[in-house]
Amino acid sequence: MESVIPILEFKKTCVSYTKQTMAVKYVSAAIDRNTITAIMGPSGCGKSTLLRAVNLMHSLYPNIRVDGEILLGGENILSMEPIDVRRRVGMVFQRPAPFPTMSIYDNVLSGYVLNGIRLSKAEKDATVERCLRSVALWDEVKEVLNKKGTFLSGGQQQRLCIARALAMQPDVLLMDEPTSALDPIATAHIEELMQELQKEVTILIVTHNMGQAMRISSKSMFMYLGELVEYGDTAAMFSNPSDERTKAYLTGKMG
Amino acid sequence: MDNANIKNRLTKDRIVLYAVSLFAGLMAVPLLAILGEVLLRGYEQLSWSFFTEPTPTAYRAMKAIKAGEPIPGGIANGIVGTMLMLAMAALFAVPIGILCGVFLAENPKNRFSQFVSFLTDLLQGTPSVIIGIVVYIWVVVPMKGYSAIAGSVALSIMMLPLIIRSTEETLRILPASLKEAGLALGGNRARVMLRVQLPAAFGGIFTGVLLAVSRVIGETAPLMFTALGCSFIRFAVDKPISAVPLLIWEFFNDPNLQELIWGASLFLLLFVLTLNLTAKYLAKKWNQ
Ligand SMILES: Nc1ncnc2c1ncn2[C@@H]1O[C@H](COP(=O)(O)OP(=O)(O)O)[C@@H](O)[C@H]1O
Ligand SMILES: [Mg+2]
Repeated sequence: MESVIPILEFKKTCVSYTKQTMAVKYVSAAIDRNTITAIMGPSGCGKSTLLRAVNLMHSLYPNIRVDGEILLGGENILSMEPIDVRRRVGMVFQRPAPFPTMSIYDNVLSGYVLNGIRLSKAEKDATVERCLRSVALWDEVKEVLNKKGTFLSGGQQQRLCIARALAMQPDVLLMDEPTSALDPIATAHIEELMQELQKEVTILIVTHNMGQAMRISSKSMFMYLGELVEYGDTAAMFSNPSDERTKAYLTGKMG
Repeated sequence: MDNANIKNRLTKDRIVLYAVSLFAGLMAVPLLAILGEVLLRGYEQLSWSFFTEPTPTAYRAMKAIKAGEPIPGGIANGIVGTMLMLAMAALFAVPIGILCGVFLAENPKNRFSQFVSFLTDLLQGTPSVIIGIVVYIWVVVPMKGYSAIAGSVALSIMMLPLIIRSTEETLRILPASLKEAGLALGGNRARVMLRVQLPAAFGGIFTGVLLAVSRVIGETAPLMFTALGCSFIRFAVDKPISAVPLLIWEFFNDPNLQELIWGASLFLLLFVLTLNLTAKYLAKKWNQ
């Protein structure tokens, strides 16, 4: 039965920062388990806003309103406790942000510490190794686990942040332009990694880079002025967009 | 016409620059004069015994002066009292100040926090002598006597606004992404504050504490109402106790001891200077 229920489903999701305007307007879309979905669209169209609705980041700011429903495994997260939602939905930010006061080792385990979960030394070591291996960082940092995470290069830092999110074994991983601050080699590294990761986790990634969307995602969303204009198979959307606005964006006629 | 205009503006620029530099230089004059005065008059007294022995009696001092010898004894009782009271004051003020600062940084807009914020400003502007008299009524009267505790309560009240503000401001300038990253991992606000935000703000908060200490170390008036003074070295917290600024005042009032003013002043000045430079250095280091 479980495979029938989409892992994540937006139902007429709306987000507004101010009373007058909506940054995300009536978005409806269902996302299948263990897929990578790319969210594209010009700057300011509401991609980050939509993404941040999924882990209830907006609830930190009392003025922001989120309406409609967002179902996580069939349950509406808007009526769940933020803490419970965020344990199941990890997030990777645009700028790599390892906790600056923590070592690489502690960064990986920070989710457990922040949730008040105690692990034995053996469990900790195993978790750190497993997570760093899954982001292909283990071999590079296994000798320097006690160094600060901020010593690493940008690409390594971002992989550390992914490892940190994966350590909590989330169902969904949200990534907001995770490679836009990285060089092409680090970007390629992370794209490769995501292909591996989708076996364990469903990924929703905001990207500016159409090539990236094409390479990694099976489905794509195109947003424009807060609306979800088009949602479908990536390959089909790129070769034959059904909406004029998608077409204009994909052919570079829209910023 | 354009050329003349530019020349004109450059001249004006230069005049303003000179004027500003001149005033900055003038500002430094009294500062350097004070330093020079204290240094010249004080350095002679600085000896090992000056830091290890308590204040001499007026009689001993008078005898030494008559015999043409340097005044015996030192300011150890004041140094011990100052350190003891500063430590206790920090013990009270640091946790409370950090908690208030966290509260203000996390709830900038509610009514209660605006009230707390206003109180903090008010406290910062309250003359220290008033704090002294209030603590006299709150602590000295109920305890039926002057004490190191009373002195440190007065000092801690003076330190509070500085610690509150430095905590609040340091937390505010941390990137929002730090807190969001912590919350995104499922942490509650208290844990994210304790494990992520406060450690990241440690440098700024520590600098604030050092500045608060250097701010109150020279306070005399509130200690007159609370610590009173004591002529021997004492570690009791419930008895009257001495402090370096109190000693300076006592020395000033006793013709036989006046020579000691300068050594004590030099000690205070160097201590404050060291604290300030340390604070600056740490702030710079942590900001990198
Ligand atoms: N904190 C905020 N307060 C008010 N408006 C915001 C805020 N964040 C984003 N917006 C507005 O919401 C819209 C969508 O922003 P965003 O989701 O960041 O776009 P994208 O990620 O697609 O570039 C934009 O018009 C932006 O100006
Ligand atoms: Mg964005």
